[in-house]
Formats: sequence, C-alpha cells, structure tokens
Amino acid sequence: MTQQDKPQTEPQPDNRLQHPTAVTVTDLDLYYGETRALQEINLVIPEKQVTAFIGPSGCGKSTLLRCFNRLNDLIDICRIEGEILLNGRNIYADDVNVPELRREVGIVFQKPNPFPKSIYENVAYGLRIQGMNKRRELDDTVEWALKGAALWDEVKDRLNDSAFGLSGGQQQRLVIARAIAVQPKCILLDEPCSALDPISTLKVEELIAELKEQYTIIMVTHNMQQAARVSDYTAFMYMGELIEFGATDQIFTKPQLKKTEDYITGRYG
Amino acid sequence: MKVLAKWIADGTPWVWLNAAAVSASILLVVGLLALIGVRGMAHFWPLAVQKVVYQQADGSELILAGQIREEEKVTARRLRESGLEVAENTEFVTRYLLKTGNRDIMGQDFRWILGPSIESISKPRNMVVFEREEWGVFIGMLIGVRQAGQLLDSPDTWGDFQARLDHANGLRDQIRDLEKGRIGSVNYRLERLRLKQRGLEIKGRDDAASLADIESDREELQKEYDGLEQKLDELYTQLRRDAVIVNTVDGQELELPISSIVDAHRPNQMGLTGKIGHFFHNIWKFVSNDPREANTEGGIFPAIFGTVLMVLLMSVFVTPLGVVAAIYLKEYARQGLFTRFIRIAVNNLAGVPSIVYGVFGLGFFVYTLGGSLDRLFYPEALPAPTFGTGGLLWASLTLALLTLPVVIVSTEEGLSRIPRSIREGSLALGATKWETLWRTVLPMASPGIMTGLILAVARAAGEVAPLMLVGVVKLAPALPLDGNAPFLHLDRKFMHLGFHIYDVGFQSPNVEAARPLVYATALLLVVVIVLLNLVAIQVRNRLSERYRGLES
Repeated sequence: MTQQDKPQTEPQPDNRLQHPTAVTVTDLDLYYGETRALQEINLVIPEKQVTAFIGPSGCGKSTLLRCFNRLNDLIDICRIEGEILLNGRNIYADDVNVPELRREVGIVFQKPNPFPKSIYENVAYGLRIQGMNKRRELDDTVEWALKGAALWDEVKDRLNDSAFGLSGGQQQRLVIARAIAVQPKCILLDEPCSALDPISTLKVEELIAELKEQYTIIMVTHNMQQAARVSDYTAFMYMGELIEFGATDQIFTKPQLKKTEDYITGRYG
Repeated sequence: MKVLAKWIADGTPWVWLNAAAVSASILLVVGLLALIGVRGMAHFWPLAVQKVVYQQADGSELILAGQIREEEKVTARRLRESGLEVAENTEFVTRYLLKTGNRDIMGQDFRWILGPSIESISKPRNMVVFEREEWGVFIGMLIGVRQAGQLLDSPDTWGDFQARLDHANGLRDQIRDLEKGRIGSVNYRLERLRLKQRGLEIKGRDDAASLADIESDREELQKEYDGLEQKLDELYTQLRRDAVIVNTVDGQELELPISSIVDAHRPNQMGLTGKIGHFFHNIWKFVSNDPREANTEGGIFPAIFGTVLMVLLMSVFVTPLGVVAAIYLKEYARQGLFTRFIRIAVNNLAGVPSIVYGVFGLGFFVYTLGGSLDRLFYPEALPAPTFGTGGLLWASLTLALLTLPVVIVSTEEGLSRIPRSIREGSLALGATKWETLWRTVLPMASPGIMTGLILAVARAAGEVAPLMLVGVVKLAPALPLDGNAPFLHLDRKFMHLGFHIYDVGFQSPNVEAARPLVYATALLLVVVIVLLNLVAIQVRNRLSERYRGLES
C-alpha cells in the first residue's frame, strides 16, 4: 500500500458539520472465522440523509450494512471488534436488547422477501410483535405505512390478498412499508433495486427521496448512477476497507483518491 | 454394430429399463389391490344356492344345498392316494367347495364335493339363506311361521316371516341400546361406587356417614337396574315369541326361533339389482356391526373404530413431540458432533423392528409407568390393573415412539427449506428467534410436518406386532369411546384391523369361513389407511397452497 492509497477515513469537516450524527463507527473489524472481512472501518453517518456504500462485489458493503442491526450475529463464525454508536449507544455492548435494536434499524434486502401472508398481515407483522392488537390501531398504522411506501393506492382494495400476488416492485415497496411500520430511526437498504425493472426502480428511488425526510437511510448499491442520483453521502469500499467517504457530489466530481476515481470512472481492473 | 453402439450410447436401454421397473412396480401394486379387492368383495356377493344330489364313496345318495365358494382341479392320483375312488381313465378331477351351512346339524359348514360324483344340480327358487346369531348360516326352505305358538295360516309365508323378522330386529336394537347404553352406564356407575368405597377403606375414611351415602346411591342404582332388567326381560319375552318352521334340503324339519335369526335372503329369486342391493347391504353390515362367533361372522366395526382412534391419538402424541425435537435439533442446538450423533441415532431408531418397540412399550409404559400410575392413583382397583395393563393409551404412545423418527426427519427437512431471507426479514422487524419460529417459520414448515405425519400415519395404521403386546385384543367388550364420563377411556383394550386379520385368518376354528373375511378385512384396512392419508394429504396441500410462494 503506497502512501497515496492510504485510506482516508476521516470525512471532510464541512460534510460532517452540516448534519447531526446518526451512526458512528469506530475501529470496526469483522472476521469470518480467520478471514478478516472488514478492516478498521471508521465512519460517521449523518442523520436523515441518504448514505450510499459503493464498491466492487465482495468488498464488504453488505457485511458492513448488516453490522448496523446485528444481523451478522446469525452467522456462527462471525466475530466483531470495535464499536458502532447509534444515538450515542454502542450497539455491540452486552446489555443491548437485540430485537429492540432491530426494531430501530429496519432493513430491506436485495430480493423482496414478503412473508407468505396477506398484504395487511405483512405490514402488521412487526406491529403485532410489538404487542399491538387493537384492530383500529393496526388498521391506521398499516394504512399509514403503506402510504409512506407509496403503495396504498395500488393495494388498498386487496389488503387481504396474498403478498405473493404483487409484482416485484410492489413487493419491494411492501417490504419497505413493513420496515417503516414499526417506526425505525434508520433504514438499511441492501441493493434494494437490483432485482427490479427500471420503472419499479424509479418508484423505489422516489420513495427513498421521500423517506429521508424522516429516516436515516443507509444503502448499498452496485449502480453508480443510482448512488449519484439518490444519495447525499457516498462511501467507497474496497477489499474490506473504507477507502473514501464524503458528500456524493464531491466523491463523484473530485474524488480525493486515485482508487476512488478509477472505480467511479469505470477504469477499474 | 455402430447402430447398436449408438443406441446404447444415447441411453435408450436405460429408459426402457427404468420404464420396465416402473411398470413392474405398478403391476404388483395393482395386482395386490385387485386380489384383495376381488376376493374381499366376493364375500359380500349373494351367491346362488345349489341343490346337489351327490353320490358318496359308499354308493349312497346325499342331497346337499349350498353355495359354491371355490372350484379347483386336482390330480386324480392325489385323490386316489387319499382313498377316494376315481374312474380309471381320468387324470384331473374338478372339485367344488360347497358352503352348506347348517353346522348345528351337519357338524361342519363347508364341504368339498367331487365333480364326477354329482348326479344332478339345480337351483330351487325357494331356497333361503338364514343368517343366525349362532352356528353360522342355515340353508333350507321356509315352511311356516309360528306366532306365540300358533302356526300362521296365510299364503304369503315369506311376507309373514319378513314382518316378524323386522319386528324382532327392532326389538333387538332396543335390547342392545338398553344393554350397552343404560344398563352399561348403571354398571359403570356401580363399579365406580365400589371403587369409591374401596378407596375410602384404604384411606381409613370409611366412616358411617360416607358409607351410608354410598349405600343409598347404590340402592338407587340397584333400583334403576332392576327396573331396566325388568324391561329387558319383557323385551326378551317378546323377542322369543315367534319362530319359523324350516326344512333342510333333505327333508329334515326343524323350528328356528326368530330371535336367533339376524337376516335372511333368497338368492335364487334375486335379480341383478336385488343382488347388488344385497351386496351393499352386506358391506354396510360388515363395516357397522359387531363381530359374532369368534369373529368369523358379523361385522368389524369395533376394529375399524379402534384402528382409527388409535392412529388419531398417536398423531396427537407424536406431532408435538417430533416437531419440538426437530426444532431444537435444527434451530437451537449447536451443530456439531453431538447433533450429528443424535441425528444418526434418530435415523437408526426408524430401522428398529417394531416388535422391539412393543417389548419396550410393555416393559416401560405398561409395567413401569402403568404400574406406578395404578399404585398412585388407582389403589382401590388393585389387584385388578387399570393402566398397568395394555390399553389404548400405551398402544398409541408405543406407536408414537415408533413413528417419532419419521416426524423428526421430515420436520427438519421442512425447516431447512425455509429461505434465510424470510427468517432475516422477521428478525429485522424486531422479532425474537422464538417469535420468528412461531409466527413465520413453523407455519411455512407445516407442509413438511404434515408429510411426516402422513408417513407416520401410514406406518402406524398398518402396524400389528407391537400392538399385540400393548393393548390390542381379539374381542373388546366395549368401545374405548362411549357416553360414560370421562368418555374417552384410555385404559381400555381395543380391537384393531391388522390384528383382526391375523386373528381371523390364523386363530379361527373355522378356516374356510374365515378366508374371505381375511381378504375383506385386509381390503378395509387398506381403505382405512388410504382414507386417513387422503385427509392428511388434503390438509398438507391446503397448507402448501397457502405458502406456495415459498419456492420462488
């Protein structure tokens, strides 16, 4: 590693000060067994903004994303060092209630994964788990969430139909509705549009732009144009390291590091 | 040569081989079902009664009437060796198995007759087949009907007889209701009272007041019993009022009390529709009646009931246990050497011969568990065992144990088919692992669980060997489900179709009469298993329909 390539993990001061901080990642290392999948990640993610992770396949974007709601805990051989502060609390502390954390940090995966239930029940799932039983309350929240995910008008007449009857794009928005129904603080999007057609992609992107009014959004994407279109901040990762982080405009127009520039201009080997 | 090589290379012989294997399997299964079906169903078909004039070995003439049940060719040499005279130039002789009935007169109700010795054969239209409570069927002619000792003088003897028979059957139904229902209930309560008194004695609390209570209860029950008994006597007197005068085919006259006759038909006067009607009538009687005469006559209702109830109870026991075990193995236990060892052990359990389970059931459930239960909760009944003997509960538990591996394995398979994305989706919404399992994973795995249950039912319903040790009997005095609290009597012994086949086929004193019954019972066992499975498959299909998106 040459001097020039040394990861510059400190965001530019002017970027950071514009928005309050939502998530702070400090010295995060992640191991799969003996393999070190993430190395010394340091990152500050601003509140109520869209932050995109870009980078080549296998660079650890999704792995990092899944650290924010501790989904990596499900993998037996996965081990994490360092800390992630969410609203000032380390989510890897011993006394953290993991289900509680996951309620605050929703996630939407690459492929839509609705439950084999009705549209209504899909959205109500998280609410019922929180113990919401009153029909009125549930109805209102489901409607609110579906409206929030821009799906209400398309499904309001068939709430009791199976969620599998929806198109891929609708399913993805249903999954987003399901995530926002429990009113999280932060939503993680793991390549949310890679399984969708262009029109559905457009709808989901519009939705993301709306959602950032209320939620901190962290997304992983393969699609550089999408990152440029949607995100406010962009982090470029390579081989498990965070290479560069900054405002999206700055990353895409005048990246500080050669690696970033190479990747963004498609000159990557 | 090249053509042949190409033919082999493109796999055509393999296709043929595979197709042949499939055809052979299908043929065998169809053949099995056809054999059981034809032989079993033939038992219910009303055969014509043949009047046979037969020359016996000593030259004397014998007149027989009966239904030809079987026909076979035997070598003349074999007959000669057994001391029968057969004409010199014949090589094969046809012989017939004639069901003559009238066991009380002739000592046997089946008879082989040789074709060449038959002098004449005819089908007199007035031959009647009477089914009786005892001694099997009577085949003969109806001469007259006697009501309360008076011979009825009317031209329509058959009509008179039918009316009397209907009347008698009505009375018989009343008697059965009374005996099994109210008298049975009174007896049951008297027995409970006796046990209560004995229990008080054991505990040393048999003071005068409670004894007086019991005594007054008992007197009341006794009074009720006496009343019922009187009613029963009246019914019996009425039932014994009528009789029929019948002739055997060789002219012997005798009187049969109507009370001994269950049913009667005249096969030689029946048209095809009549025969078909009688055929279904017989099938219905077979599945709905109790057995008579050491199980060689009558129906097999208690056996069907016992089989189905036992299988249902087995399902109730095995499903939760197997599912919970599979969930632990798959979801909670740390995968490693130990879980692998357990899986191997579970798979091997499925290969343990069923009789071994029977021995275990007898040793552990019946003697150890049942014996302890008796000492703890039923000391008043001792030394007569309550749970310390084979019974419905122990049989179901033994079979549940036997089928446990199947349920565990298919549940595990069902669980591993659930995509990770679904689990993660649920966990990401703040569900705990338990909530994820309960609300999402288990419902989606339910078709797999049902598959396990289907296999379990198929195996349990056909199992006989272990049951013989833990609760099946050839004749149970009462059904395990009745109107006396607590309604389901888990301690009772019960009848089972599989054991019934064995009992009728191999333990019966009347081999010829039993043979068609074996086929009919086997057919019914197959039908019961198929029905149970169809229900389970229906449920599974409905479940997988609901979760069908899972595969995409």
